[in-house]
Amino acid sequence: MAEQPKSVWSSISFWRRSAAWVTGFAVVLLIWLTFDTIGQITMGTDADLQNGVTKRVPAPTVINYNIKYEMNEKRGHEAPVIGEKESFFGKEWSVDEAAALLHLGKLTSQAKNCMNCHTLLGNGAYYAPDLTKAWLDPAWNNDGPMMGMTGKSTREEAMAEFLMHPSKYPTHARMMPDLGITAEEAKGLVAFLKHMSSIDTNGFPRNFGKEQGGTYAK
Amino acid sequence: MLNSIKANKLQFESQKIGMMYFRVAIILFGAQLLMGLIAAIQFLYPSFLFELFDFSVARMVHINALVVWMLYAMIGSVYYMIPDETGREVIGAGIAKLAFWVLTAAVTVVVLVYIFVQVGSGTEMTIWLINEGREYLEAPRWADIGIVVVVLVFYFNVFATYLKGERTGVMTVMVANLFALAGLYLCGMFFTDNISIDQYWWWWVIHLWVEATWEVFVGTLAAYALIKIIGAKREIVEMWLWIEVLMLFGSGVLGLGHHYFWIGTPEYWWEIGALFSALEPVPLVAMFVHVLYDWGKEQGQVEAEGGAHAINNGPAMAWIVTNAFGNFLGAGIWGFFHTLPQVNIYTHGTQFTSAHGHLSFFGAYATILIGMMYLGLQGAYGIKNMRATKLSKWAIFMLVFGVLGMAVSLTIAGYEQVLVERAELGATWEAFFTAQNLIWYVQAQGWRLVMGVVTFVGFALLVVDLLTIGKKEAGE
Repeated sequence: MAEQPKSVWSSISFWRRSAAWVTGFAVVLLIWLTFDTIGQITMGTDADLQNGVTKRVPAPTVINYNIKYEMNEKRGHEAPVIGEKESFFGKEWSVDEAAALLHLGKLTSQAKNCMNCHTLLGNGAYYAPDLTKAWLDPAWNNDGPMMGMTGKSTREEAMAEFLMHPSKYPTHARMMPDLGITAEEAKGLVAFLKHMSSIDTNGFPRNFGKEQGGTYAK
Repeated sequence: MLNSIKANKLQFESQKIGMMYFRVAIILFGAQLLMGLIAAIQFLYPSFLFELFDFSVARMVHINALVVWMLYAMIGSVYYMIPDETGREVIGAGIAKLAFWVLTAAVTVVVLVYIFVQVGSGTEMTIWLINEGREYLEAPRWADIGIVVVVLVFYFNVFATYLKGERTGVMTVMVANLFALAGLYLCGMFFTDNISIDQYWWWWVIHLWVEATWEVFVGTLAAYALIKIIGAKREIVEMWLWIEVLMLFGSGVLGLGHHYFWIGTPEYWWEIGALFSALEPVPLVAMFVHVLYDWGKEQGQVEAEGGAHAINNGPAMAWIVTNAFGNFLGAGIWGFFHTLPQVNIYTHGTQFTSAHGHLSFFGAYATILIGMMYLGLQGAYGIKNMRATKLSKWAIFMLVFGVLGMAVSLTIAGYEQVLVERAELGATWEAFFTAQNLIWYVQAQGWRLVMGVVTFVGFALLVVDLLTIGKKEAGE
């Protein structure tokens, strides 16, 4: 191929330039979208919560509020709904306290390697249940099995108790191991889970906690 | 392979360094499979090693050994191809060897800490010293920084040698792509309380590695190997390589969007992710066609000239053809299965993902890297025409059959999980376990374990073959 190629389609330099342009264009578009997305998923503020401003990722003080996951007719799927205030571990958490608790919880979730059994926002391992909306799981309801088993009277206390001694409260043959989670760390983890359940995940997981039918099989 | 460096047929230090990396890679590959077997057993017998060596630990080492052995084999491949492509010795062979030993010592410490310390308290200290707890990027921060230093040494070596030597198209793509590949690692090296932002950047590393830069890396290796093994024409191979770069980056960069459907990020990623990730299989088809086309063309030419074989390295070529098809099947088909948001809302985070992960990592990466090891052995023992032994054939058959079997089993488990846990029972804790305990799911996991054992036997045969083929064929 010493002479000039007859056609542009068999020209190396044409394809090299095209590759550079296409890659460059894709990268520029990705960076532009990244700026927009990061803006949209940066945590909201406590004032947003007080004023009822919806954020995709609310402030840590969302742990002071009741959270539901309901069908949004306009969007055509479920979305978190932040409701009235409710106490969390028997009190209302200040902006700083809530941020510190969430920080502890997120750190603990990594230190205990949660993601290599569970999935968080659907990412991780597939050995244990997804935790995206775990805070809203009916198993922790007042009439649910976990409350009775742990002997606690609130959802957050039952969850914290379970996290501290998981193999004491087995739900199935496949159990969660004791990871040496302290009482403080357990509180942090529950705050982390409650906060995660308030994130707008575009309707994932669909149909959460609304059983549609049986399996009729074993 | 043990004596591959002592055999001393390699004229360049760079290639000897390549062989050093290959050896560690194969050991880590074995560690990966052992951990996988433990995890597969735990799916069926959850009390196995409970609170001693839990699933989370086995799984962490399983996927970390995977990433690290592939990076080792990738670095080894680059050091091996440098003299062939640039026509000269690598600039800093001494520092490259030092970097190798530093990296290997660091990897050993990290793995020992994973295995014996496992988890830490909820403090920054754990993130710095024990593990970072982020899937695939578990390596503690100190090791992250060490990896960056070692990679800088590696990159400097490649880049400086490229500048001083001949600048082929293959090497140009390699140098540019490695820059992106190495730089992306930095996106995974920070802590944030915001899990959505955490996962946003986490995917920049994971996705832009395995669905963009690693794929281009594979294209580059295949280009080099085709020239080396069947004497493919450089002009054709390099033109194809640029077309592949165009298609891989054109689809793969914005294909990142398919990881942004459900992590808190805006809805527009549905359309962007669906469109571009649906295009991702296209270059994989092209790569497959290209390998077969070049093979047929060269073979035809050799036969027309009265020769018998265009291939001068049977086992390497077998693995590269397996790569061409496995990449398309595992990454292309199995990826496309669940890439559209309409499907992914149900399949996200199920055994479906696991099936795709197994078949694509093997098909797209393990295969070609094993091929590169055979290429290295051929050079190390100065074998003009390397033929596949019985062992090579059994090894490739068992490995392919085993991994394919695992992927099919996991796909069946995934279907069951999606329909029962996600569609019927509402994705809760109880729904999860109901689906996990149904007989068809358990059977699928059983077959996965059986196929995992088949894979492991294939691996053992591969190791024996790698250890013996060089000496055997050099003696003939």
